[in-house]
Amino acid sequence: MSTMEQGAVGQEVTQPVAALPGSTQPVAVRQETVATVTVPVPHQTEQQRPRGPEARRDTRSLRPADVVTVIGALCAAAAMTGLLFDQIAPFSGVVGFVAIAFPLFLAVYALLVSLENDALAIRDKLVSALLHGIMVMTIGALFWIILYPVLKGWGVIWNGNFYTEDMSNAGTLDPLELGGILHAMVGTLEQITIALVITVPLGLTTAVFLNETRGVFTRVVRTVVEAMTALPSIIAGLFVYASLILLLGFTRSGFAAACAISIMMLPIMIRAADVVIRLVPSSLREASLAMGAGQLRTAWHVVLPTARSGLTTSVLLATARGVGETSPVLIAAGFTPYLNFDPFNDAQVSLPLATYQMVSSSEDTMKTRAFGAAVVLLVLVLVLFVLARLLGGREAGNLSAGQLRRRKRASAHDRERFIEAATRRAARPQPTPPPWSPPQQPQGESA
Amino acid sequence: MTTLEARRRPTLSGGIDGVFRIALRTAGFLVLGLMVTVGGFLLFRGLTAFAAAGPAFLTTQTWEPDSRNFGIAAVLVGTLLIASVALVVAFPIALGMALYISEYAPRWFKRFLTSAIDLMAAVPSVVYGLFGATMLQWNGLDVPRWLSIQFGWIPFLDVPEADPDNPLSPLNVYTASSFWAGLVVGFMIMPFICSVMRESFTQAPPGEREGAYALGSTRWGMIRSVVLPFGRSGMIGGTMLGLGRALGETIAVAMIISPIFVIQPHILGAGANSVSALIAQQWGAASPFGLSALMAAGLALFTLTLIVNFAASAVIARSRSGQGSDA
Repeated sequence: MSTMEQGAVGQEVTQPVAALPGSTQPVAVRQETVATVTVPVPHQTEQQRPRGPEARRDTRSLRPADVVTVIGALCAAAAMTGLLFDQIAPFSGVVGFVAIAFPLFLAVYALLVSLENDALAIRDKLVSALLHGIMVMTIGALFWIILYPVLKGWGVIWNGNFYTEDMSNAGTLDPLELGGILHAMVGTLEQITIALVITVPLGLTTAVFLNETRGVFTRVVRTVVEAMTALPSIIAGLFVYASLILLLGFTRSGFAAACAISIMMLPIMIRAADVVIRLVPSSLREASLAMGAGQLRTAWHVVLPTARSGLTTSVLLATARGVGETSPVLIAAGFTPYLNFDPFNDAQVSLPLATYQMVSSSEDTMKTRAFGAAVVLLVLVLVLFVLARLLGGREAGNLSAGQLRRRKRASAHDRERFIEAATRRAARPQPTPPPWSPPQQPQGESA
Repeated sequence: MTTLEARRRPTLSGGIDGVFRIALRTAGFLVLGLMVTVGGFLLFRGLTAFAAAGPAFLTTQTWEPDSRNFGIAAVLVGTLLIASVALVVAFPIALGMALYISEYAPRWFKRFLTSAIDLMAAVPSVVYGLFGATMLQWNGLDVPRWLSIQFGWIPFLDVPEADPDNPLSPLNVYTASSFWAGLVVGFMIMPFICSVMRESFTQAPPGEREGAYALGSTRWGMIRSVVLPFGRSGMIGGTMLGLGRALGETIAVAMIISPIFVIQPHILGAGANSVSALIAQQWGAASPFGLSALMAAGLALFTLTLIVNFAASAVIARSRSGQGSDA
C-alpha cells in the first residue's frame, strides 16, 4: 500500500496507522490489530486505561529541516539567476529576474526534497512551495502597483498648489509649481455624490425587493442584475450618451457622467446588499411578524438595522469602484483643464480621467502630475476600502464590542421604561378591561 | 357564528404594506428597465451604421466610418486575443491564490489575504494602466524578447518586425502589444476569478476532506481528490466571469496598446486593438455617423459580454445547487 506509507510521510504521522480499511492484511489479523489498538470505550474498567497522562504528540508538519531546505533553495535560485543575468544571458529588469528565479527555485527545491522523500511527498511539497510562491508574488505585485504611483508622483504630491489650482494657467511645459488637479478633485467629488444620491435609494430598495418578494419577476431581476455586474464601463458611457444626451438633450456634463457611473455602481451595490440581507436570520424576521409588525416595519426596524454594517460595506465598495471609473466620464463628461463647479453644464473632468489625459502627454512634468492624480485617487479608494472593512465585514447580527455595549445600554433603558410603565398602570384605577390585553405582570418581573 | 370555523387563509397585509410592496416593485422595474434598455439604445443608435455597412461590418478590418469603410473584424480578434492572454495569466494565479487561501493560509492570514484580493479588485483600472504602460512593459522587455526568440517557430509568438541579431535594433517592437495589455488585464480580472474559486473551494465538505486525510493522503492528494472536483464548476464559472470582464476592459488596454486596424496575430509584437479601446480612442473626433458606427461596435461588445456573463452565472448557480453529498 504505497499511498498509505507515503501519506504517512507527507503528514508526519508518528504513530503507526493500525486499522486502516482496505489493507492487504487478512481479515483475521486485521481484527486482531483493531482489538489491541482501539481506545478503551467508556464502560471498560479502570485498569485498562493507560497509566499517567499520554505524551502529547507533535502534529506540526513543519520541521527545521524543511525551513532550511527552502532557504537553501531560495539562495541557490537567486545566485543562479544572478549568474544568468550578468554573465551568461542578456537579461534585465525585475520582471525577468522573477520569471527566471521562480522556476529555478522550484527545480532546486524539488532536487533537495527528493534527497530524502518519495514521489508523493515531493509532489506535495512542490505544490505547497508553488502556492506559497504565487501568494508572495501576488501580494508583492499588489504592493508594487500601489506604491509605484507614489514613487513616481513623489515630486508633486507635497506641493500645496497641486491641490489648490486647476490647469488653466499651466501649460504642458510649466514646472510642477504651477497648476494642479483641483478641477479633477471637485469633479470626482461632485460626480460621486450625484451617483450616490441616485444609487443608494434605488440600489438598497432593489436589494430589499429581491429579498422581500418571491416569484418569477424577482428571479428575472436578480439574474439580470448579476449579469450586469460585469457590464463594460464604456458601454455604460455609450448608453448614457445615446439616451441622456442624444435623446433627452442634456449637454455633456458632470451629471451625465454621474448617471453613467450610477449604472456601473447599481448592479455591484445591489448584489452585495442582496447577499448581506439574505444573511439576516429568518427567526428575527419571523419574530417581528409574529409580534404583529407589518412588512414595512419588519424591513425598516428589523432587517435593515440588522444588516446595517454589511449594507454600509456594500455602498462603500460600490463607491470605491465608481470613483475609479474612467471611460464613462470620458464619454459623458469630456475633458477640460478648467475648474467647473457646475455639474449640469459643460465638461467636467474627474481624477481618473485627468490621470488618463495627463499621462498620454509626452512631457515628464505632465506625467508626474498624472502620477500625483493617481495617488490622490488611490488614497481615496484606500480610505473607502478601509472604512468598508472597519465598519462591515461582519455577518448580520454579529456585533462588535461597542455595538454590543450600546445594545445592552438600550436594553437596560427599555427595562427601566417597562417597569415604570407597569407600575404606573398598576397604580391607575382599572377601567373595564379590553377583550385582550398584553400580559402586564411578567414584563416587570422578567425584564 | 358558525360552528365550523372557516379555514383562515394567510393574506398579504394591506394598507401601508401594500404601498411598500408597490414601491419595492417599482424599484425592481426601474433597475430592470435600465438594464434592458442599455442594449435597446445601442441598437437604436447603431442602426444607421449597421444599415450602411451590412454584413461587411463583421468582416472589414479597417475603421474609416466617414468613407463608409469600416468593420470590427480586427478589433474583435484583438479583443479576443487580449482576453485569452489575460485568462492564461489570470487562471493559474487565481487558482493558486484561491487554493492557498482556502487550504494553506492560517486563519489570521486568511483574512488579510482576502482583503488584499478585494483591494486588488478595487484599485482603479487607470492605475493598472499607468503601471503597465509606463513601468511593466519597459521593465520586463526581456520576457517577450526571449519568448519570441526561443519560441518564434510557434506562429503567434513570432515577432516579424524584430531583428534579434542586431544589438542596436529598437526594443519597442516588443511593447504596446496584446501580450502586455493581456498581462495587465489578467492582473485586473484575477481577483474576481479568485474570489469565486475561493468560495467554491471552501464549500468542499469537511467530511470528505477528513476522509481523504484518514485514508493517508497528503495535502495535495486531498486537494486533488476532494477540493478540486468539488470546486470544478466554481472554477469554470469564475473563469468565465473573468473572461466577461476581460472583454470589456477599456482604459488599461487603451493606455498600453498602440492601435492598429489589421488583424495582428503576433501577440508579442507591437500593435493591438480592442473594441472598447477603439471606442475610447475614436470617441473625441467622431462625426455623427462615426458615433453611430462606434455604437454598433459597442453593441457587438455588449452582446458578447452578456452571453459570456449569463453562461458564467448559470454555471456558478449550478455549482451552488449541486451541494449536499456530505452524508
